[in-house]
Amino acid sequence: MSLIKNGAFAEDQFQSIADDAPLPANGTIVSLARFGREREALLARNAPLGVRLKSEESPEALGEDVHRLSVVVLEFPKFRDGRAFSWARMLRTRFHFEGEIRAVGAFLYDQLAFMARVGIDAFEVRENFTEADFARAMGEMSEVYQPSADGRPTIRSLRARARSLDPTPPRP
Amino acid sequence: MSKLAQILTANRLRDGEVVYWRDGAWVLSLAEAARLGDKDAADAALKLAGADVADRVVVSPYLFELRPDGRPVKEREIIRAEGPSVRRDLGKQARHVPV
Amino acid sequence: MYRYDEFDARFVAERVDQFRYQVARRLSGELTEDEFKPLRLMNGLYLQLHAYMLRIAVPYGTLSPRQLRMLAHIARKYDKGYGHFTTRQNIQFNWIKLVDVPDALADLASVEMHAIQTSGNCIRNVTADHFAGAARDEIEDPRILAEIVRQWSSLHPEFSFLPRKFKIAVSGSEHDRAAVKFHDVGIEIVRNDEGRVGYRVYAGGGMGRTPYIGHVVGEFVERSDILAFLEAVMRVYNQSGRRDNLYKSRIKILVNALGADEMRRQVMREFEELRAAGTLEVPGEELARIARYFAAPDFGAPTDDVPEFDAARASNAAFRAWSDTNLAPHRAPGYAIATISLKPIGGVPGDATDEQLDALADLLDEFGVGELRVSHEQNLVLPHVRKKDLPAVFARLEALGLGTPNAGLVTDIIACPGLDYCDLANARSIPIAQRISERFGDLDRQHDIGELKIKISGCINACGHHHAGHIGVLGVDKKGVEYYQLQLGGSGAEDASIGEILGPAFGEHEIVDAVEGVINVYLERRERSERFLDTVRRVGIEPFKARAYAGWAFHI
Repeated sequence: MSLIKNGAFAEDQFQSIADDAPLPANGTIVSLARFGREREALLARNAPLGVRLKSEESPEALGEDVHRLSVVVLEFPKFRDGRAFSWARMLRTRFHFEGEIRAVGAFLYDQLAFMARVGIDAFEVRENFTEADFARAMGEMSEVYQPSADGRPTIRSLRARARSLDPTPPRP
Repeated sequence: MSKLAQILTANRLRDGEVVYWRDGAWVLSLAEAARLGDKDAADAALKLAGADVADRVVVSPYLFELRPDGRPVKEREIIRAEGPSVRRDLGKQARHVPV
Repeated sequence: MYRYDEFDARFVAERVDQFRYQVARRLSGELTEDEFKPLRLMNGLYLQLHAYMLRIAVPYGTLSPRQLRMLAHIARKYDKGYGHFTTRQNIQFNWIKLVDVPDALADLASVEMHAIQTSGNCIRNVTADHFAGAARDEIEDPRILAEIVRQWSSLHPEFSFLPRKFKIAVSGSEHDRAAVKFHDVGIEIVRNDEGRVGYRVYAGGGMGRTPYIGHVVGEFVERSDILAFLEAVMRVYNQSGRRDNLYKSRIKILVNALGADEMRRQVMREFEELRAAGTLEVPGEELARIARYFAAPDFGAPTDDVPEFDAARASNAAFRAWSDTNLAPHRAPGYAIATISLKPIGGVPGDATDEQLDALADLLDEFGVGELRVSHEQNLVLPHVRKKDLPAVFARLEALGLGTPNAGLVTDIIACPGLDYCDLANARSIPIAQRISERFGDLDRQHDIGELKIKISGCINACGHHHAGHIGVLGVDKKGVEYYQLQLGGSGAEDASIGEILGPAFGEHEIVDAVEGVINVYLERRERSERFLDTVRRVGIEPFKARAYAGWAFHI
């Protein structure tokens, strides 16, 4: 597995640790369950921390603690399970989380653009996936109709901008 | 577990045409399909069909049962073999594909 | 009607390229069928019984002459010369090849059409009253909101992998011709006490295995808030809808599990947050801008007194019969709304040939009608016809086999494609519709019976909307043999109700007699000018049940 972050391959600064395994010295990602059990000890560590959410686990469970995390990992057990799209968007727009949101699991190339829009900025991808593949996925649709966590201008705002430059009304 | 003979069918990937298994190949007509008399034969055919799925020849292969008189148990398979009952001018029935 | 600007045009063109790439990756093996299936469904492509089927979106059921000609072209070039109009105002082609679909979509894009999100676990085609912009009782043209919702829902990044499909309908009149209460979200345009126009939003309606009527989740949502409100509903559904059981994953299950109050509470929580953020506000000028696309044409003619129309009715029995049933009052004097029946006696409901589609385009141009509508009852509608043109229009329709004078009558049957076409079906529905239609073909008999909506589904997915039929028929499979369950008293209008099942299923050779039996009970028991539906509601199903099963060996 490789990590793509902000469109380019990146070194993974974290280790994802099982519930019963000892914690490494540096960047650690644990399950929500473990975070719940060992919260104080984990937050007291002088090392970057991340929590891994299953698709049925809402970021609401982290509450204000989310601001003490460097990364939230969202699992896609099956590509059809689209809950993580809401979790990512929620992390950005409700909690204003500014850390890394990383997608792991069974998502498709064809979901990448949606994932980026809702605020996912890191992707665990299979071995033969390239940066060019990623760029292509990001570029397939030039414009978007609706606002999302990415804050991209919508087609409506682009139209308004175009109209202010040329106010001729469209023929009905 | 089936005591009735079975036939293996699928749809061609590129055009969706209904096809039937016969000795490692896919034929257009139910009449020419291989009758798989026992579970071993049916399982073997299904397994070989898996290779054709991987090779992008067909999709969704599955087995269906025949009555002792050779007619499919399910009405669905009769319609699938012929074409829509309400448009006898369309589908395999119109191309005089023997059923 | 709405016209694409450069942004809309680029959007559908890029979508075609995207799908072309997906097809290429499927054919090369880079995508398995399991991975490809949701992607092709999001472009309306099913694998059916005989072949692939392409479902093309007809937003709020509105088609221009140019689009009709392209549909005729698609039928000829890529299919077998005909298309089928559905209960969601879309059109389906049954014999398409996977390898041809990208080219077909490119052709469609050239006339501002697409197949985006007509299937898959995403927000589907937004449907609306097929009399929009023409009906006398209209508060506001529902297509204005429907177009705004269409754009907002197109490739929505958060809601493209929902637990299940999501269907939205909009009604702009007091009389609901869009069946909004049977949709995942239904929107009624309403006026509040201050006379201000806003939206009543229902959620959790649906057909299928467990039919439900929607609950009000927003009694009066302000125009500017509507997208924030819909987004709130979608958030709750995406997060909490069940994903463990295919048959329990629609929003109707969630609403009924939580209860309407808790559903409203959760929606309001999201809604307050969205409204405060302001990103989904629909400004007045945007509403006005979209509304201009749907501005009524200049109707001109000041009088409803049209001697040519009256003369034709007096002299031409066929025209009189057709104008008795197939016309609806138009808001403009001198005009009428004309329903084109796609239910010829004994024919396949909802089908149209390429020649008919081309001829309808010519008709629209010649008589200045402007656009065609598709109803959710599988008929077509000419929304604006000058009454003085009606005799000539009728003559043309009659010559095309589109002049059947049965709108809303017993032979105006809604039927899904059923086991003749559909991979999901348990039984055939079209032949049952044909045989009922033939049994009741006599026009005098049809008029005696009056308004009667028969709806037939070939499986529990209820694409024929049988739960909302005055008479509903559901095809079931018993050990490989087709059987038919009969239910009575459903309605998809503002008086929404779910039909009640009479009892054990009827065999293929019994069902038409059973239907005739219940219709006879209605004729015997009706009072005053009651419709079939009214009599069922007044007397209950027992007398109908007794007649339907008369002659069965055991007592029901």
